[in-house]
Amino acid sequence: MTTEEISRVDQIIDKYEGEEGILIQLLLDIQQELNWIPKEVAERISQRLNIPQSQIYRVASFYTAMSLTPRGRHLVSVCMGTACHIRGSPRLLDRITDILKIQPGETSPDRRFTLNTVNCLGCCALGPVMVVDGKYHGKLAPAGAEDVLKKYD
Amino acid sequence: MPRINSPAELEELRKDILSKRDPDRPCITLCSGTACHASGSEEVAASIEEEIKKQKLSAKVDFRQTGCHGFCERGPIVVIHPEGICYLQIEPKDVPEIISQTIKGKKVIERLLYTDPTTNEKIVHEFEIPFYKNQERLVFGSNGKIDPKNIDDYLALGGYSALAKALSRMTPEQVLEEVKKSNLRGRGGGGFPAGRKWEECRNAPGDIKYVIVNADEGDPGAYMDRSLLEGNPHSVLEGLIIGAYAIGSHEGYIYVRQEYPLAVENVYIAIQQAEEYGFLGKNILGSGFDFAVKVHRGAGAFVSGESSALMTALEGKVGEPRPKYIHTAIKGVWDKPSNLNNVETWATVPLIINKGADWFRSIGTEGSKGTKIFSLVGKVNNTGLVEVPMGMTLREIIFNIGGGIRDGKKFKAVQTGGPSGGVIPEKYIDLPIDFDELSNMGSMMGSGGMIVMDEDTCMVDTARYFLNFLADESCGKCVPCREGIKQMLDILTDITEGRGKKGDIELLEDIASMVKDFSLCALGTSAPNPVLSTIKYFRDEYVAHIEQKRCPARVCKALVSYYIDPEKCQACMICLRQCPVGAISGGKNQIHVIDQAKCTKCNTCFEVCPPRFSAVRRLSGEPVPPPVKDRVLARRKG
Repeated sequence: MTTEEISRVDQIIDKYEGEEGILIQLLLDIQQELNWIPKEVAERISQRLNIPQSQIYRVASFYTAMSLTPRGRHLVSVCMGTACHIRGSPRLLDRITDILKIQPGETSPDRRFTLNTVNCLGCCALGPVMVVDGKYHGKLAPAGAEDVLKKYD
Repeated sequence: MPRINSPAELEELRKDILSKRDPDRPCITLCSGTACHASGSEEVAASIEEEIKKQKLSAKVDFRQTGCHGFCERGPIVVIHPEGICYLQIEPKDVPEIISQTIKGKKVIERLLYTDPTTNEKIVHEFEIPFYKNQERLVFGSNGKIDPKNIDDYLALGGYSALAKALSRMTPEQVLEEVKKSNLRGRGGGGFPAGRKWEECRNAPGDIKYVIVNADEGDPGAYMDRSLLEGNPHSVLEGLIIGAYAIGSHEGYIYVRQEYPLAVENVYIAIQQAEEYGFLGKNILGSGFDFAVKVHRGAGAFVSGESSALMTALEGKVGEPRPKYIHTAIKGVWDKPSNLNNVETWATVPLIINKGADWFRSIGTEGSKGTKIFSLVGKVNNTGLVEVPMGMTLREIIFNIGGGIRDGKKFKAVQTGGPSGGVIPEKYIDLPIDFDELSNMGSMMGSGGMIVMDEDTCMVDTARYFLNFLADESCGKCVPCREGIKQMLDILTDITEGRGKKGDIELLEDIASMVKDFSLCALGTSAPNPVLSTIKYFRDEYVAHIEQKRCPARVCKALVSYYIDPEKCQACMICLRQCPVGAISGGKNQIHVIDQAKCTKCNTCFEVCPPRFSAVRRLSGEPVPPPVKDRVLARRKG
């Protein structure tokens, strides 16, 4: 980690100084800042807040929003909620794993994409839905997935 | 912002806000909830602002970006007040016309109106559209009128008057009695009476108590909590503060999923504005009552929505449930008495305080009072959020409000209660919906998700879907849930993939009863519901999968083959070109044939075959006919 990254992490830790029960919030902020939670960060938190590393890893590995491996440049999330499921999201997901050649939870070797599934995004009118970097692509047929993904490099 | 120190000052402020607002002045509202956002409302908003400037109307017309209007199927939605003219599926290119024709010229633009699918009549006003007309929007109704980032909009509609009433004219005991008398039942799942929960927490020993908003809405297909929190966060806050006063709590939490970024943002803004006016903080409205609230973002775990798990997560630990031999009302967050209610429950509280328990009790059924917001999704025409009195029938909700089933298909079942609920088949379509009726049917209210299924939905696959979800989300702490769900999932996977055996159904029922009786938390005890209810109402589908290796709805991939009907194929090359694995052979004037060995059953050919040909068929439980010998297409002339 660069010194700049360490100081960014320190700033986040400072924000929660003196508060109790902040580990989850802290890790979410770091995830957002660095896009993953590196080993050095877990050590840093452990030292500064006197929280055992085992506890940090327990939390970070339990929650889907946190990643212990670096994520790709683009995050692709496919909604697997019930409404999307009955409107064909499993077939959409199959098509996307075919195109990206990675399974949900994995990152492509060139770090271009990370593929995720989510339980429900709450926009069921648009199902099936794929979100790329926060942009929603609704009513997406499997045949249309490739055209969308092509735009991200 | 001035700090408000008494109920009288609040009324002064309200008068002041209203005096600056001309009810006759045109106001354009645009739905900006997550679903409309996803359909492009930001671009529409930008072009409305630009167009207002361009046509020099800034001084004559207001523009407001509101929360979710509920009719998500037709978003982005524009409503023009005071007339209530409703335009649907608006794109930026429609905006100049709306401004020049409707705002300036007072003319209605026909093509942007809702068309009634049965009468073909154009409907001008929002409240006349059948989707809205048949609802009773008590909790959800203000969403379309309020800019959630502006507390003054909430105050203009009478906001925080219930809080003022409670703090100045009622004792905490009276507030509690009113809520108990209203028989408000928790809208998050179990339907436990809120007043009784509050009372237990109030009577629990200890000075420090917590009140919590559960906005970890995890049921897939349910999004009313997100829409309320996004669109009308102050109604939730007001309810929470009133509850804190009744219980004797001075600290609260709002636990909201980080998957709902807009809700998180709007809640932070709402808290800040409420603090500035003094609705939160020390000596609220001069009553001597102090209350502060913090936001905690959930990090993506379904089980953390369970009350004891949520409280563990608030302590910064992994959000796993704990045994509740001692209720969380007595020992919750940091072992202090804690009261947790769902978003919708809290948002209902100000209404009860303002209008009284008797008014609330006059709505709904014997055991379930008031209204409930349902999220009507799946294979229904009008996807959206609907608020109706308890006791309305499924038929009224799905057909009168929801506009029936998509693409003229046949209604098969509705799934309620999320992964903990069950399915209700067509023969019970006249069932009045409330907490008890749904439980009697082997389903549950849950948070109000209502997933409509048509004839193309496979019930075994649906059960497998929910079990897969639950296997993933089970925290693994107790054995019956962790292992029981996994075993049921394995059996269901076998059945859907053609490896089902005789006796599987009975084995599923056996494991289900064990998981139900012995799991630690509600995730496990309710996990068998999707399996048991589908077996109960659709046993024949299980039998078809197991004995004939046939999926009647043609959904289960392993039991389906794709076949091009040589009588119907027009050799148009569309499917051939789009097949991702090159499994289709043929050519111009040569009937197309699918190579069964290469086919990955991705469904692409079925989707792209033009409906006027409908040549691609899905077969299940029958052999695929061999390719015809003569594949030259004899085109019919003339």
